[in-house]
Amino acid sequence: MSFINYSSREINCKIVYYGPGLCGKTTNLQYIYNKTNPETKGKLISLSTETDRTLFFDFLPLSLGEIRGFKTRFHLYTVPGQVFYDASRKLILKGVDGVVFVADSQVERMEANIESIENLKINLAEQGYDLNKIPFVMQYNKRDLPNAVSAEELRKVLNPRNVPEFPGVAPTGVGVFDTLKAVAKLVLSELRKGGQG
Amino acid sequence: MAQQLVMYEEEFHRINAVCDRLTKDANAKVVFIVDKNGQLIAAAGQTQHIDTTSLASLTAGNVAAMGGLAKLIGENEFPNQFHEGAKDSLYMTLVGGRIVLVVIFDNRTSLGLVRLRIKKASDELTKIFEQLTKRSEAPGAGSPFAEISDADIDNLFSE
Ligand SMILES: Nc1nc2c(ncn2[C@@H]2O[C@H](COP(=O)(O)OP(=O)(O)O)[C@@H](O)[C@H]2O)c(=O)[nH]1
Ligand SMILES: [Mg+2]
Repeated sequence: MSFINYSSREINCKIVYYGPGLCGKTTNLQYIYNKTNPETKGKLISLSTETDRTLFFDFLPLSLGEIRGFKTRFHLYTVPGQVFYDASRKLILKGVDGVVFVADSQVERMEANIESIENLKINLAEQGYDLNKIPFVMQYNKRDLPNAVSAEELRKVLNPRNVPEFPGVAPTGVGVFDTLKAVAKLVLSELRKGGQG
Repeated sequence: MAQQLVMYEEEFHRINAVCDRLTKDANAKVVFIVDKNGQLIAAAGQTQHIDTTSLASLTAGNVAAMGGLAKLIGENEFPNQFHEGAKDSLYMTLVGGRIVLVVIFDNRTSLGLVRLRIKKASDELTKIFEQLTKRSEAPGAGSPFAEISDADIDNLFSE
């Protein structure tokens, strides 16, 4: 749910990166953080365990520039991927404007991908959102690994709705900004409709 | 889907005025207003050295987590939270179910005074936010983005 401030002429939107544990959500945010100008970004906050697993969320605020005199700000969040953090994932989805699903292309992670996307549907529905209606894009990450399954296979299983999809290698940035731009565009287009959801 | 949060000039000034007054009356260091989804709405006091965007997001995360805990034990919510630090302390109050009022203070004031002043401020804020909701639900209160074009959106990403 975006926040429009007529007084400061700002618009804030919330984007959540979802996906199974270790698929590369945090790496996406780290890459974006490292490649953006200091004046357009805030701090990257990571609430993680001692072993660098996301415990609650990562958070990165980004300014993208102005539209019709309004500053556009995007708040990027990741969820903790491990199954037992479900309560936290639900909390992070509150007020979401757009979702990126980061899939792990490795064949042995296919089941985890499917489980995670089903979990996303359920958790969104609990908040009254329909995954088929909200701004949603897909990233097939870890394309560099030899055990990656084909994009067609991933599409068939994870993207029957045919939302915008991007191959990714998050540590080197492949697909990272394309994914972000695609979801940001969808979110802004949604606002044009009046944000009635 | 939940209603979009829209802030207008008049209410924005009134909210800022409440924050300013609360800062003075409670002798607090900083006062913040954050919505439950992590957006900073207003801030007053010595905000220069605080990363307000991060503060807003972490406040929302904390309130969400405590709300989840409350439900687990059969409470609806924990409307007030107090965290005491070595120098600075922090008090959070839920206002009208949707907004969090955060006050940061040190030993120049007392928890009792802060609590007292928060009560008054939160009553005022409740009224302002009710008015805001009415206003944004009124017919004709369309999105300022109703008119944007694909080109406007593309331009954002042109660099
Ligand atoms: N080879 C390869 N490794 C990746 C890729 N993306 C992420 N990783 C690695 O996978 C691990 C987990 O990534 P992380 O971003 O923490 O996953 P998260 O649990 O989704 O936040 C890290 O060691 C990353 O460096 C990728 O595209 N290719
Ligand atoms: Mg992570």
